[in-house]
Amino acid sequence: MKYLTEFRNGEIAQRMAREIHSITTRPWKIMEVCGGQTHSIIRNGIDQMLPAGIEMIHGPGCPVCVTPLELIDKALAIAAQPGVIFCSFGDMLRVPGTDADLFQIKGAGGDVRVVYSPLDAVELAAKNPDRQVVFFGVGFETTAPANAMSVHLAKRRGLKNFSLLVSHVLVPPAIEAILQSPGNKVQAFLLAGHVCSVMGYWEYPPLAEKYGIPLVVTGFEPLDLLDGIRRAVIQLEAGKHEVENAYSRVVTFEGNRAAQKLLAEVFEVTDRAWRGIGVIPKSGWRLSEAYRDFDAEQRFHITGIHTQESALCRAGDVLRGAIKPAECAAFGKECTPRHPLGATMVSSEGACAAYYNYGRFISAEELATAGSGLSGAAHA
Amino acid sequence: MPEQAKTAGPNASKTAPDFSNWSCPLPLVGYPNIVMGHGGGGKLGNELVEHLFLPAFRNPALENLGDAAVLDLGSGRLAMSTDSFVVQPLFFPGGSIGELAVNGTVNDLAVSGAIPRFLSASFILEEGFPLAQLAAIVESMARAAATAGVQIVTGDTKVVEHGHGDGCYINTAGIGVLRDGVKVGPHRAQPGDAVLVSGTIGDHGMAIMSVREGLEFESQIRSDCAALNGMIAEVLDAAGGAVHAMRDPTRGGLASTLNEIAQSSGVGIAIDEASLPVRTEVQSACELLGLDPVYVANEGKAVFIVTPEAADAVLKTLRAHPLGSNAARIGQVTGEHKRMLVARTAMGANRVIPTQIGEQLPRIC
Repeated sequence: MKYLTEFRNGEIAQRMAREIHSITTRPWKIMEVCGGQTHSIIRNGIDQMLPAGIEMIHGPGCPVCVTPLELIDKALAIAAQPGVIFCSFGDMLRVPGTDADLFQIKGAGGDVRVVYSPLDAVELAAKNPDRQVVFFGVGFETTAPANAMSVHLAKRRGLKNFSLLVSHVLVPPAIEAILQSPGNKVQAFLLAGHVCSVMGYWEYPPLAEKYGIPLVVTGFEPLDLLDGIRRAVIQLEAGKHEVENAYSRVVTFEGNRAAQKLLAEVFEVTDRAWRGIGVIPKSGWRLSEAYRDFDAEQRFHITGIHTQESALCRAGDVLRGAIKPAECAAFGKECTPRHPLGATMVSSEGACAAYYNYGRFISAEELATAGSGLSGAAHA
Repeated sequence: MPEQAKTAGPNASKTAPDFSNWSCPLPLVGYPNIVMGHGGGGKLGNELVEHLFLPAFRNPALENLGDAAVLDLGSGRLAMSTDSFVVQPLFFPGGSIGELAVNGTVNDLAVSGAIPRFLSASFILEEGFPLAQLAAIVESMARAAATAGVQIVTGDTKVVEHGHGDGCYINTAGIGVLRDGVKVGPHRAQPGDAVLVSGTIGDHGMAIMSVREGLEFESQIRSDCAALNGMIAEVLDAAGGAVHAMRDPTRGGLASTLNEIAQSSGVGIAIDEASLPVRTEVQSACELLGLDPVYVANEGKAVFIVTPEAADAVLKTLRAHPLGSNAARIGQVTGEHKRMLVARTAMGANRVIPTQIGEQLPRIC
């Protein structure tokens, strides 16, 4: 597979890991912002390849994890209504609201459907004029253009039965919130490559300057991640704080201008609550005045939702890197992927679930010996 | 020759009528679709049996049309298995619910070390289901049974009201005779054993996903649906007691099967990701959707846990069989990290591959 295979070369990865070992003289804490990067780091075992002093902190860039409980409950209330077709990306279905998740709503007779693009939901609306079709528009700047396009098209086609339940969040304000939080430990960020493919990275130099912190635009394949980490370490070791692009095959400084224009037309910046973190000012998008008619929150007038996060759950501390998942008292006890207390235990990209699934029961030494017995055994 | 077969064209034979031109003889002609009466135990139901099921599945045990089939299995130990099939869509690239229903039960018997002999087939049909589709399903079952060398000897049909079913559900149960001297089971894996898989993983699951609403891939992915008893018999002939465990990694994929074996046997299993056989188009589709092929279903693959001494011979036997040409040795059983599946990643690091909690869900980004 072109553009994938060549960025998964094990030999080059080992060479890059050795280079990172050779240039590292001190411990550093680096946060990868995006959930897709967390997934790739853990799936490929990249964290095991790094020097002991380099700690990867898994950031708040998993849309499943940071969508606030209140909005999940609103989604459940809308999806349960007769006459509604509720469409969502697959991994939102398992996120627990206060009393249920979308799977349970589906089981109880709600018409909940997994779609692969919000435009599929627009088509559903066109084909089912007697039903209200709602798309759960979550995510960062990456998923925003397609969501924006869905309402743009629905408006142009005059579809009165399509609406968007919007919970869009933005990366730069989240990074700033982490940097401003008391006791922040993060010393460098790997910026989310796909967010930057849409937005470019013109928003970031002021942040690098203001907080004196290296920011490296990074991709998702193993070699992309190792290159991003390598560049961050080089800057940290040299005391630099620049914005670098380690994902230049996809990302330009300006980003996708056409997408940005559409986003500016369809959305406007608003304060957003982040699950486990709280409200971050100007950290999200809502539909602009011109598209307010397509806002599912307005169309369905869901009221009377009062939510309370688990008192035990420390997802917020995990998301801003203050603690590792295993340092939470509920981790692996009250809170498991089967019975998650917080969203970071739900998504496969959530930091807590990743720790639980991929590392909870196994020591580093055991993992190291597991592979040694394999050499010579596998030859296809 | 039954009347039905006569109408089916010049190439029709007793065992494999040509249902592509199948049309319902009188008086079914008034009902091109299933009606409640087809499950009512009266004339309509009898006609289904006489004109559809009997010609397709014909064998002495079935022809009695008694309340139970009377079978002669000789002496020895028997294996029995049952499975229900509710797949959507009913027809997909590489197969249909009919082939799945036969091969699924045949494979469950075969990986238990049994020689599959007889199957039952029960249909739960939804009112309004086209008879032509039912005929195509029945024909594919007859073909699959003939290929697998099993007989469908008893069956049942029920009809549920429109809206209370999903077209066609099928349950099959099967009986097989255990081979002498074969002792296989998921609890018998031992440290040092080699782990082999008979071919590419993830084909069935991605074939199904590729034809569901909203997904169109450029190249067609075909299900690997197949009866494995012939290939497994050859492996057991060649290696016999050296085979400790066999499983067909269906729902939950290779990862779930290997986790189950690790847990049943109280051992660890280590696999090398680079050695996993995965078709490029399956890998590409998985990349697009954020799925991991180790969790995707297979319907024509088997996993073998064999002594290290026998591994090369088993691999050779598998690769010589048409269904095992892409067989690979993918790892080994170990005394380390007990009850867990660990993969060496292509990067040279290791990761635990856990059992999935529910269905694998496409990721957002």
